[in-house]
Amino acid sequence: MSRNILFWLLWLSGTVAIGGYLTTTMFYNGDRSSLLIGKTTSGHHQIELSCNTCHGNGFTDGDTIQKACLSCHENELKVSKDSHPIKKFRDPRNAARLEQLNAMKCVTCHTEHKPELISSMGMGVTIPKDYCFKCHADVGKDRPLTHKDLNFEGCASSGCHNYHDNRALYENFLEKHAKQPEMKLTQLINNLNYEKLSEEYGGLKRGNPLNRTEANAPKEHINQKLLDTWHDDAHAKNGVNCSSCHQPNKEKQAWIKKPGIAVCATCHKEENKSFLAGKHGMRLAPNMLQSKADPFGLFKEKKLSPMRPELARLPMKQSAHGTELTCNTCHSVGKNNHKFNIQKAKVQACLSCHDDEHSKAYLTSPHHELWQKELKGELPKGSGVTCATCHMPRIAVEDEYENEVFIITHNQNDNLRPNEKMIRSVCSSCHGLQFSIDSLADPNLIKKNFHGRSAFKIESIDWVLKRSSKPEENK
Amino acid sequence: MLNFKTSLKKTALSIATGSLMLGMAMSAPATAKTFEPQQVTDMLHLVLESDRTIYTKKVVKRLANKHKVIKATESFEDDKSLPLPAQMFRFGAEAVADKTDKFSYSLLSLWPINKQNKPTTELEKKGLEYINANKGKNFYGEETLGGKKYFTAVYADVAVATPCVGCHNNHKDTPKKDFKMGDVMGGVVIRIPLK
Ligand code: HEC
Repeated sequence: MSRNILFWLLWLSGTVAIGGYLTTTMFYNGDRSSLLIGKTTSGHHQIELSCNTCHGNGFTDGDTIQKACLSCHENELKVSKDSHPIKKFRDPRNAARLEQLNAMKCVTCHTEHKPELISSMGMGVTIPKDYCFKCHADVGKDRPLTHKDLNFEGCASSGCHNYHDNRALYENFLEKHAKQPEMKLTQLINNLNYEKLSEEYGGLKRGNPLNRTEANAPKEHINQKLLDTWHDDAHAKNGVNCSSCHQPNKEKQAWIKKPGIAVCATCHKEENKSFLAGKHGMRLAPNMLQSKADPFGLFKEKKLSPMRPELARLPMKQSAHGTELTCNTCHSVGKNNHKFNIQKAKVQACLSCHDDEHSKAYLTSPHHELWQKELKGELPKGSGVTCATCHMPRIAVEDEYENEVFIITHNQNDNLRPNEKMIRSVCSSCHGLQFSIDSLADPNLIKKNFHGRSAFKIESIDWVLKRSSKPEENK
Repeated sequence: MLNFKTSLKKTALSIATGSLMLGMAMSAPATAKTFEPQQVTDMLHLVLESDRTIYTKKVVKRLANKHKVIKATESFEDDKSLPLPAQMFRFGAEAVADKTDKFSYSLLSLWPINKQNKPTTELEKKGLEYINANKGKNFYGEETLGGKKYFTAVYADVAVATPCVGCHNNHKDTPKKDFKMGDVMGGVVIRIPLK
């Protein structure tokens, strides 16, 4: 054999081996971190190794990626009354505009794997900040009183506008709430009557309250403390017996010693849905795969593991490393106890992991003080503001038939970015609009967990009042 | 052309009111009548215009202006009020756009309250000017948008009820404050892609 042929054979087998290895890693199994084409955004870093989730089976098809975006974010956009929904751009009269800025595709503005393009707004937006110009170039001419000669870079970073969610920023809203005082007369969180509402929508109640003798677990699984804590808590009071969670399907199932999320989700459906959409649960969402089954049976499907604090980009306590995040992480009181704690999940559970400035400052914040007073009975229920009050509020979402359903959202990102999303669901319970907008615009104040006052005054409300008092100057 | 006509048939099928006429055409033998683009846009326009007028008269005018039990406002969800006639129209147009690209429509004007409703293409501008200058006439033309050819029809949107005039003349963003009953206030633009 000549040296040439040998060389070619070597080259060929090398190529096949490396190509095969890469393909297998990419599509099925292996260490994919080396294949990442750039650092992912903080929104997606937890799931960055489940390539298939966004890229499907190939890497070229833009529609696949668009579908992937919508499969997680579509509902959120709908609930936020998206100001620029895709359907607004389908009319062919927009063709020339779409050539400049394809507003039909999420990735036009939200490119992944390109951290160097992310704007300072921290919103995962990867295009120049003056994108509004493409369609709203004439706004200075149309609204001379307020918008003349304005720089288009400021539209979305000034505290005035967002591209998608303007529920608390649109003109009529600003006008209607313009004259509100900093503190409202009654300062109580909009405590939607959750129990009553959830009853109306199918309800969490499964039956009449159960007493201790009715507990239906086999003897070997019961002890007095378990029995007592179960009996005194919401589950027994709403007719949820031992087997409801430990053996939901008597004919087909053995006793489940530690029921997981799937069992909780049978009743707490919307909470589960939002948990899987948020930063705590997204790794457990359907279709988040670490490895995929291949046609030859070499690899098995394996889901991503639950989130753990050490995987986060935010500072987390060392002592929390290794903790897996499921329902019980925050809601279970401890071993051999069937009380499901909702108090613990409001502050204590959060602070057992989170170790950033904002979280740590909570304990010395005015909001915390209110909560302490509520706990002591010095202030009425709903006066206190906990971590959960702002980050996992009670909100209204729509079901598939566009009925309003009230849930405690477990998707903490849903009302966090852009942070004006919090105004309606949380701040407005106690604070006036101007005060809320200003406070949310000050990153330092946020770091200090709202201890102090905003260094900024956002002018949008003033501008609205200027416009409505002098309509004739608007042509 | 054959392709185009079949696609037109499908378009016509999706129009509720057109279905009656189509039913007659379909019941004819194999040499069934096909529709020219203009006939389709004319039919579509009849539906749109009728629904729009009825909403303004039977809902907005009756409840807001006559009985004064509710208002029609832009932020109707927060205000717990009625959507504006223009919003009702656009919601329909957007719902259609979500389902098909076989036709599309919009409500535009040379004196728009909402600046996104001013003409964006040359033909839209020409059409709006034509229907304004030639009362009672429609405008038809062809244009190429995004590399695709369209049949574009423009129909006058007329002040058919007092609330049209009252609301527009008093709106803080209107560029024109002297609309009178019977005036052309804008135009309905309907497009059908040609192959
Ligand atoms: C209660 C107020 C109100 C009434 C009644 C009303 N309009 Fe409008 N109209 C508006 C507003 C506000 C807009 C802009 C809405 C938008 O695009 O979101 C608008 C939009 C329009 C447009 C598109 C161009 C533009 O101005 O943005 C036309 C054309 C129009 N209206 C004509 C009519 C006609 C004809 C009637 C009666 C059938 C009517 N309007 C009734 C308030 C009203």
